[in-house]
Amino acid sequence: MGIEIQGINKNFGDFVALDDINLSIPTGRLTALLGPSGGGKSTLLRIIAGLESADSGVVEIEGIDATHLPAQKRNVGFVFQHYAAFKHMSVAKNIAFGLEIRKKPKAEIAAKVDELLKLVHLSQFAHRLPSQLSGGQRQRMALARALAIEPTVLLLDEPFGALDAKVRKELRDWLRRLHDEVHVTTVFVTHDQEEALEVADTIVVINEGRIEQVGSPDDLYDKPASEFVLSFLGPVTRLRGELVRPHDIFLSRSEIPSAVAGTISRFTRIGFEARFDVTPADGSEPVIVEMTRNEALSEDLKPGDAVWLKHVTGIPATR
Amino acid sequence: MASSRVQPKTAGTYVRRVIVIAYLFFLVVWPVSLVVKHTFDGGFGNITTALSDPVVTDALRLTVYVAIWAVVINTVFGIGVSLLLVRYEFPGRSVLSALIDLPLAVSPVVVGLALLLAYGGTNGLFGPFLNSIGFQVAFATPGIILATAFVSLPLVIRELVPTLQEIGTDQEQAARSLGAGPWATFRRITLPSIKWALVYGVVLSLARSLGEFGAVKVISGNIAQQTQTATLVVEQKYQDFEQETAYATSFLLTLIAIAALVVITILRPKDKSDGN
Repeated sequence: MGIEIQGINKNFGDFVALDDINLSIPTGRLTALLGPSGGGKSTLLRIIAGLESADSGVVEIEGIDATHLPAQKRNVGFVFQHYAAFKHMSVAKNIAFGLEIRKKPKAEIAAKVDELLKLVHLSQFAHRLPSQLSGGQRQRMALARALAIEPTVLLLDEPFGALDAKVRKELRDWLRRLHDEVHVTTVFVTHDQEEALEVADTIVVINEGRIEQVGSPDDLYDKPASEFVLSFLGPVTRLRGELVRPHDIFLSRSEIPSAVAGTISRFTRIGFEARFDVTPADGSEPVIVEMTRNEALSEDLKPGDAVWLKHVTGIPATR
Repeated sequence: MASSRVQPKTAGTYVRRVIVIAYLFFLVVWPVSLVVKHTFDGGFGNITTALSDPVVTDALRLTVYVAIWAVVINTVFGIGVSLLLVRYEFPGRSVLSALIDLPLAVSPVVVGLALLLAYGGTNGLFGPFLNSIGFQVAFATPGIILATAFVSLPLVIRELVPTLQEIGTDQEQAARSLGAGPWATFRRITLPSIKWALVYGVVLSLARSLGEFGAVKVISGNIAQQTQTATLVVEQKYQDFEQETAYATSFLLTLIAIAALVVITILRPKDKSDGN
């Protein structure tokens, strides 16, 4: 159940957007499609919504074959990156749109719109036009509009991509809380790994039209299936040719057997983080090591100091 | 949007203003005002004389009738063709787009002649067939409507195409995902978004239709009280030394066109800013 995707292919001319995608998205969960721009994740979302058609393959939504259903018959809520607000309608009218199309009784529509306005904290803006709202408010309105039709699945295409960093973070927390309240099967597309790690129950990493890995945020971070997943989900550096995370390197002032010897060539503070560039004694590329500010201060490390580096064992690395 | 700072006024500013005002005055305001002046030379006499002449009233009635039909045709086809041009990719799209400007580029007399060749009653390509089923195009009202619709065809489309491009397809896709079918999406989302462009195109098209002369003269046969439109009456009366009636009829034509433009200016919302 949920969304079942089998053998989906999609080409745009010579460009392969999706290459034999098979995926099960469970009911009631929040799933992120994560990957770089142009990797095919938005295309996959639009195919699920019926806004784009696949060249081949099958899409099932809650057990119903939706492959050939037009968008308006799929009962899917879709939220666009640039809001797609109906500019000539008030906020309340925007939210009521799907219900009016379904010819629900007036009283029922009014009650539902009221409830949703409360849910997205826009009650006092009900009679404004979208142009009188901020970006974050418009996107909340778009979400309420999509939820009004009680969709089988809620699909969000880079929903916070057009917002500034602070609003993006607020809305992200809010989406997570909203999902805990509403429990609708939700799929959202993002290229921001932090967003995916923070919000999603399951992450699907998509690159160059293929699925790289499916798993929980912890799975992906701790057991990446490929170098691509490891490097896409967080910062990486090379130690003895191995790709590792900079905060998984143990840095010592005293010699450790079989560790990499080197010299600190640079020290950067970014808030609570301290970052060292260490040039190995063999002259290879500098290794990046990260630790907390307090760790760095207690060791009194500074450029020119001789140090030894060792990868903390039991933590993933890929060769 | 940052408001642009007002530039300091220099002598050049005033020179430029005078040039623009003089240009508009001598090209538009003064000649048109002369028509008005001559119309009211003897008070309302010229107007009443013109309006009591059945040749004039029949022509005005025909002109309005033809203009309304031409506008209706251009509105329906204009919306259809604009959507086709903006929303769909198909071979020959750029050719179609260029063809739509043809009526603006070609002389209306040529248009009239071309229509006569196609729909003429005895020699035309379709004329004899249409005549045999009792439908006369050339030298009759359908021909005049056809010619008028032809010359004003691009006006609605050229207003709609940029607006359709600007609004994009996001809102329409959102409406579809919310359960709206194609017709509901058009009526509730697309049409309200292009409303003002459409109204503007319709008014331009109406003004153009009221004033069409060349194409209509060729295809109509210019038969008084039958196929003679207001512009043709103006020419005939002027040549028949009934200048007063010609001025009065011209004035009435101008009045209708100006009234349409004034109505638009009043109706059109001051703030054209969009949602994003």
